[in-house]
Amino acid sequence: MTVRPRKEIHLAAHFPGVNNTTVWADRPSRHPTTTPAGGSPSAERLGGPPSRRPSFGSQIEFASFAHLARTAERGLFDFFFLAEGLRLREHKGRIHDLDVVGRPESLTVLNALAAVTERLGLAATVNATFNEPYELARRLASLDHLSGGRAAWNVVTSSDAFTGENFRRGGYLDRAHRYTRAAEFVATARELWDSWTPDGLPRPFAHRGRHFDIAGEFTVPRSPQGHPVIIQAGDSPEGREFAASAADVIFTRHGTLEAGREFYADVKGRLATYGRAPEDLKIMPGVTFVLGDTAAEAQERAAEIRRQQISPQNAILTLEQIWGVDLSSYDPDGPLPDIDPDPESTLVQGRVRVADPFEVAEKWRTLSREKGLSIRQTVIEASGRQSFIGTPDAIAAELDEFVQTDAADGFILVPHLTPGGLDEFVDRVVPLLQERGAFRTEYTGTTLRSHLGLAESVWKG
Amino acid sequence: MTAPHGRALLHLAAALDQQAAYDAASHVELAQLAERGALDFVTLGDTFARPGLDALAVLSRVAPATGRIGLVPTVTTTHTEPFHVQAAVATLDWVSRGRAGWHIDVSTTEGEARLFGRRHAAPAEALWQEAGEVADAAARLWDSWEDDAEIRDEATGRFIDRDKLHYVDFEGATFSVKGPSIVPRPPQGHPVRIVDATEGPARRIAARYADVALVRVAGPAQVRAIRAELRDTAAEFGRNPDDLRVLAGLTVDLGDGEHAAEPGHGGGGPRQTAQGPLYRGGPVDLAELIAAWHGADAADGFHLTPVEPRRDLERLVNGTVALLQHRGLFRTFYPGSTLREHLGLARPANQYAVAGGAS
Ligand SMILES: Cc1cc2nc3c(=O)[nH]c(=O)nc-3n(C[C@H](O)[C@H](O)[C@H](O)COP(=O)(O)O)c2cc1C
Repeated sequence: MTVRPRKEIHLAAHFPGVNNTTVWADRPSRHPTTTPAGGSPSAERLGGPPSRRPSFGSQIEFASFAHLARTAERGLFDFFFLAEGLRLREHKGRIHDLDVVGRPESLTVLNALAAVTERLGLAATVNATFNEPYELARRLASLDHLSGGRAAWNVVTSSDAFTGENFRRGGYLDRAHRYTRAAEFVATARELWDSWTPDGLPRPFAHRGRHFDIAGEFTVPRSPQGHPVIIQAGDSPEGREFAASAADVIFTRHGTLEAGREFYADVKGRLATYGRAPEDLKIMPGVTFVLGDTAAEAQERAAEIRRQQISPQNAILTLEQIWGVDLSSYDPDGPLPDIDPDPESTLVQGRVRVADPFEVAEKWRTLSREKGLSIRQTVIEASGRQSFIGTPDAIAAELDEFVQTDAADGFILVPHLTPGGLDEFVDRVVPLLQERGAFRTEYTGTTLRSHLGLAESVWKG
Repeated sequence: MTAPHGRALLHLAAALDQQAAYDAASHVELAQLAERGALDFVTLGDTFARPGLDALAVLSRVAPATGRIGLVPTVTTTHTEPFHVQAAVATLDWVSRGRAGWHIDVSTTEGEARLFGRRHAAPAEALWQEAGEVADAAARLWDSWEDDAEIRDEATGRFIDRDKLHYVDFEGATFSVKGPSIVPRPPQGHPVRIVDATEGPARRIAARYADVALVRVAGPAQVRAIRAELRDTAAEFGRNPDDLRVLAGLTVDLGDGEHAAEPGHGGGGPRQTAQGPLYRGGPVDLAELIAAWHGADAADGFHLTPVEPRRDLERLVNGTVALLQHRGLFRTFYPGSTLREHLGLARPANQYAVAGGAS
């Protein structure tokens, strides 16, 4: 048996914006066991020494984006990542008001970030349902030119009428067609990107398919990467198949060792059908992390962060998202409801739905019963716990293990603070990964494709 | 500040359009040059049909490399999604800290329509009607967050005050938008909207929605007449006409000579060409022309499109602008930091905050 060469870890930074993992309240803890004597703010405990006080900055000012991007570039990350949401989430027919909300438009921010970074890849999440190939291909090619070959597109799909109400297209596209449209969208964009010859001559294109019937001449020459990097995020069999056929990177939620290995094997196994090799598609789960000087300190900080993320109001709300019914009369410090979830509920809009609410409800009730947990404690225990908690050494070893044992090719790190949430990781964990020989010590190329170790895109004129 | 004759100071803007420029560096260089001349703003034209990068992308890339100058990309309204357009323009305002504008334009050709395959080309009248609706919807979406909607109230756990976010429920002839925007209200409240009001169908839309109207005609009397018409129409729409700046649009070829027109190099007034009025002459002649038109009350300022950007912009800044500054007709530094401040335009009130306050 030949020894497999050591895999190099790929790292990316997710700007922590609109979600419930972001800790925005910079308040002293009211939890008796963690309020230090003298009442110094527990916020200090969440992100390191007082000099790095983890106050939540602006989620909208450019300075925040620039700080996180520069930190990621200092850490030699592959790329910086922005999510997208095209309608503000609703809860019980009103705008959801508990989480960070409001964000700028991704491609515009990334073009500005291209001015303050040099090597870092710049990835925008852009919906394939509410855009048109000609315009988006042009905007992505423009970013690739203006950044010198650092553009990526995370292709997401949404066909819900809720989001559609903000667009001309409206809610017309039914769910069954979202991946067929996305696949044809990406294929069409590639035809446009290939319509200029590598030596700079435009040639007319014509595309006629099920979703698009367009023709003309593309206005942008072939960009530095030829084709901007394609990322896919979506977990259904259709989503995985689309990724296997067309994506360079998958952004996944499978962040545990077992789930990661299963997902990794499944997706990489689909590549051969499309004549692709396993290294042609990088699998990068979105993960969170909490560092401490000792394992115990890291655990304590993680627990404190969870309490901040799941306020009493947020605990009830999380429950309502699963049950689909109004639970406002329940006490967050009391027991879970014994009523059944409503599977037809439209209580929550604009959020990815839980697959089987009955199963989740039953699991949570069992957990609560067995451990004697209140609603809030159950939510804290059961939902979205931090992926990696420990000393920098322990986390470096764990990340390495994930990659060397094929649970992932790398990670998209989601800090819980804006914009300084990555500083400590870059200062303390990256050097240890480098010592292990698991991470680059300098950028060897200039394009995102080269950071990711992907082949140059071949011109198919 | 007022200049001689009691007239307000001039406003000056320049186009950065270059042929076949696909790099960031050349755009940054030109914008920095214009900023050195303290110009109000630079524009970058765009259509889906001619070679070039996405203009809003280019000026977003330029934003962090400049500090004061206004940045005005053309973004068309015919084949784009109004919701995306307003979000992108608002974001340009965020990344430039209040220096964004939006040159509103339409796509009239069947060739452009074929690039999208969604609809056929339509008459300019209908397209401008739609552009007006897009401008209206955009303004509502920019107002859909009140300025102080973000509250971070720890006691109730609320990050925002949802009573300060508003559905716009906009129903146009060709599109509808629910809202609110995903982007909080931008620094200028409303980024500056610019419309080329030279042609008939655009003129009413300019009078109704534009902060700056461009008028590309060859003589000061014609500019003055159109300016008067725009101001009257603006008043009919219930606007204060003083909230509308009217800039004369000239293409300029400043040649190679030191001073005045060389033989065969124009001088005197601009002449009408298929691309609009073209002025040929030296930087000093251009300063004379600008001062004369301004003195004749023809326009609030000028939007100049150099035929050879690098050469002409340099001559414009070092020659024409310097001379106008010397005469006290143009600013020597930026007293404000936002494009609205450069133009002397107030930050607009929020239409929903006003309504909310009354109820
Ligand atoms: C890790 C991850 C990140 C995602 N990020 C976004 C996002 O930023 N914006 C968005 O509209 N959808 C996002 N999605 C949703 C997917 O694009 C897709 O609509 C959803 O997962 C349903 O598709 P599926 O049934 O294939 O999983 C994300 C999904 C995953 C798994």
